Amino acid sequence: MPGERAVLTVSGLTERLKALVEDKFPIVWVEGEISNFKIYSSGHGYFTLKDANAQIRAVLFRNRARRIRFEPGDGLHVLAMGSVEVYPQRGEYQLVVELLEPRGLGALQLAFEQLKARLSAEGLFDPARKRALPRYPRTIGIVTSPSGAAIRDMLRVIGRRFGELHIVLAPCRVQGDGAADEVAQGIRDLNALGDVDVILVGRGGGSLEDLWAFNEEAVARAIVASKAPVISAVGHEVDVTIADFVADLRAPTPSAAAELVVREKQAIVEAVADLDHRLHRAIGHRLEHERRRMAALADRRVLTDPARPLRDLHRRVDHARARLARAIEALVRRAAHRVELATAGLRSASPRARLGHDRHRHERLEARLRLELARVVGGGRHRLHVVAGRLDSLSPLAVLGRGYSLTRAADGTIVRSARQVREGDDVKVLLQQGELDCRVNATREPNERA
Amino acid sequence: MSELKFEECLARLEQIVAALESGNLPLEESLKVFEEGVALARHCGRYLEDAERRIEMLAKDDAGALTTRPFAAPADEEL
Repeated sequence: MPGERAVLTVSGLTERLKALVEDKFPIVWVEGEISNFKIYSSGHGYFTLKDANAQIRAVLFRNRARRIRFEPGDGLHVLAMGSVEVYPQRGEYQLVVELLEPRGLGALQLAFEQLKARLSAEGLFDPARKRALPRYPRTIGIVTSPSGAAIRDMLRVIGRRFGELHIVLAPCRVQGDGAADEVAQGIRDLNALGDVDVILVGRGGGSLEDLWAFNEEAVARAIVASKAPVISAVGHEVDVTIADFVADLRAPTPSAAAELVVREKQAIVEAVADLDHRLHRAIGHRLEHERRRMAALADRRVLTDPARPLRDLHRRVDHARARLARAIEALVRRAAHRVELATAGLRSASPRARLGHDRHRHERLEARLRLELARVVGGGRHRLHVVAGRLDSLSPLAVLGRGYSLTRAADGTIVRSARQVREGDDVKVLLQQGELDCRVNATREPNERA
Repeated sequence: MSELKFEECLARLEQIVAALESGNLPLEESLKVFEEGVALARHCGRYLEDAERRIEMLAKDDAGALTTRPFAAPADEEL
């Protein structure tokens, strides 16, 4: 019966469904994968949450989206908390998300990884982008809480190690909502102040949530935009934040950051002192070297006897002059000698000279002759004497005295052989006393002896 | 003296020291650059040491302009 049928209007049904669903699921936790995520210009995000067999539309209103630290994206496995709402106009229901948590990683961890990946892709972690710390820091900017442990630690280190620094603190909150913006503003303010050589940004240790401001993009962007180099010093050594990745230098702690700065300063003070020392030592060595050289030079003649070179010159001139004189003299002498020779030759060639010469020779020869004669005569006389003795003993007259006689032919020759005379020849026979004139009666040869 | 000027001074000082240490300069030139080096070293030292120790905190005046005022470090009662 049509009258008995309860006929619902579309609106009626939808209203009943809406009431049913919204009563039944005021708050629900649902797990699924995000797909078709879109953020509209209104700031609201729309997506579909799905699993293998089903899907449900979901909306993330702007005021909720702001609280979510990671970026919802397609494929992300999430746990969503919210209420199911029905939209009668479109006949649709959807999950109105109050809270979105990534499954697996924590939300903060995910947010960290996501921002890190994005900034890294932009090249903001590139080592080439990092600036060197100032070698000569004089004014140090510090961005931190004025009442925190960080500022106390940093000032203690700076005070202890090296006091002569101008420090400007940009006070800010370092945790809680809005802390990131204050930190970023502090960095910008210090840059605006100018004259800040280096900026230290950080805070003392705390939980991941406490340190979160330093993982926010606002801080990272401010660090990247800073004119002055930035040293990050967040928490303890194990805490690594996005600020650490973009900073020009990461210090493990605030104290270490202060150490870095004063060490730079101390190093340069020492470098100047060292240069000053080397400067004096170098000139000292140089002067000593020059002194030694001078002493060595002073020992040389030219300085001990400054006139020496002049004298040497004089000597050389004198020497040259003497040689010249000698040469001229020799020349003259040679010429004179030649003239003399010529003159002498001429003289000796002249008849008078020759006459004189001959006379002279003659006289000399005569004298020599006389001398020789005297010598010869003298010698002869002596020899005569000797010989006379010997002659005496050899004289034929002496032989004659012993009875022999000497026969001579008419011509006076001594007859030694019978053949020298013929029969009838006259011969003279000399006796020791007297002489006989004889005529040869006969001649006989020795073999014809009578 | 700005940092840039300081840097230049220091570079010149380094150059002078290196030249003097090489011993290649004539004596007169050596003495000249030595004098220059002494002045530079004094200059650099003064630049580094003259910075007085001063701790300030940034503040904004009523017009929102940046100013600084002295800052006293928090007490170390926890230490």
